[in-house]
Amino acid sequence: MERHSRALFRLAYRMTENAQDAEDVVQESFLRAYRQLDRFDERASFGTWIYRIATNCSLDLVRVRKRRNQAPVAPDQPGDTVPELPSLDPSPERIALSGEVRQRLAAAMSQLSETERAAFVLRHYEGLRLEEIGHVLECQPGAAKHSVFRAVQKLRRSLEPIVSPVR
Amino acid sequence: MNHLNEEQLVLYYYGEEGVAPDAAEHLETCGACREAFAALERVLRTADGFSVPQPAEDFGAQVWERVAPRLAGRRVVTMAPVWRWAAAAAVLLAALLAGRFYPAPQPARTAVAADPQAGERLLRMAVGDYLDRSQMVLAEVANANPRQPFDISFEQERAADLVAESRLYRQTALRTGDATVAGLLDDVDRVMLEITHSPARLTPLELEKMRERWDSDGILFKIRVLGANVRAQQAAAASASGNTRKS
Repeated sequence: MERHSRALFRLAYRMTENAQDAEDVVQESFLRAYRQLDRFDERASFGTWIYRIATNCSLDLVRVRKRRNQAPVAPDQPGDTVPELPSLDPSPERIALSGEVRQRLAAAMSQLSETERAAFVLRHYEGLRLEEIGHVLECQPGAAKHSVFRAVQKLRRSLEPIVSPVR
Repeated sequence: MNHLNEEQLVLYYYGEEGVAPDAAEHLETCGACREAFAALERVLRTADGFSVPQPAEDFGAQVWERVAPRLAGRRVVTMAPVWRWAAAAAVLLAALLAGRFYPAPQPARTAVAADPQAGERLLRMAVGDYLDRSQMVLAEVANANPRQPFDISFEQERAADLVAESRLYRQTALRTGDATVAGLLDDVDRVMLEITHSPARLTPLELEKMRERWDSDGILFKIRVLGANVRAQQAAAASASGNTRKS
């Protein structure tokens, strides 16, 4: 449970961008898992199943927030979402860019559709295979691939101008 | 070979299938593709910086503490209605009492027959205790140092006892029509058998594989859920019995 809880927290945080929301999602996920335990298919992986539940909980929360037109409840510590620039070139110029990169990354992530964001988080941060992402998002692997690809394209459009090497 | 398109580059970056088998070779020789891949890498490595605050060391335990009270009263992994368990409890308890748990089965059997509710209470206690001990065995193995070989001979003895014990509970669950509970007890049994039949000294790799299987089955979660259910029913029964005595 310790391992699942931490993994779910990471997933939920990256979906909601708020630690308190992420904790709520983890709790709600276990409650939903409990309520739906009868429906757990023994052939499936428990991890994938609970990821699916947590993804849905996160999406529910994000949708509710959207309907109410709310930003994340309280922005977390500035350090929490600071992307560390690739360590290859920690020049002063690049360090100075970090604030901008952080904002761009946050903005780019917020431009992703719910499915794209979920698929990208599961692939990029949680390391799930496309097939597993298909199970979590209840879609075909091809659709999961498309969502990841679309997410990467959008991120590239936003981030490439500021992370490209200066010529 | 043709140049790799954007989708293939993304798939290659993530090590997914569906990329041309000679993609790596092509990237080594094709400057344009190598440049495109480097640009992709820069973006995705920047995205790596979306860090997450570390939850507390005992985050899982904290979550469970908050979740467990809310499980009470939600009867989804239901145990059968009281009257069905009570009837089966009398049979089960007689069997338990005839075994190694209590030295004097005969008078108790009479008591159970006379008071099926007492039998049901004892059954719940026995199942609750069984689940607690199962959880302890699993926790011992799951929390062992993953870098060292681990001697599980002590856990094997306890697991063997639990296997012998669980048959009665499973039979009772099946008799009362609780397929879900019987299924969960089956899962626990399977894991206990796995422990019993493993080598007494597990290598780090064997330990890791075992843990991965348990994670994949969600076995600890299921045990906790069923345990929480049993305890909730115990509490409800104790409260109901207190109310009856008062009136």
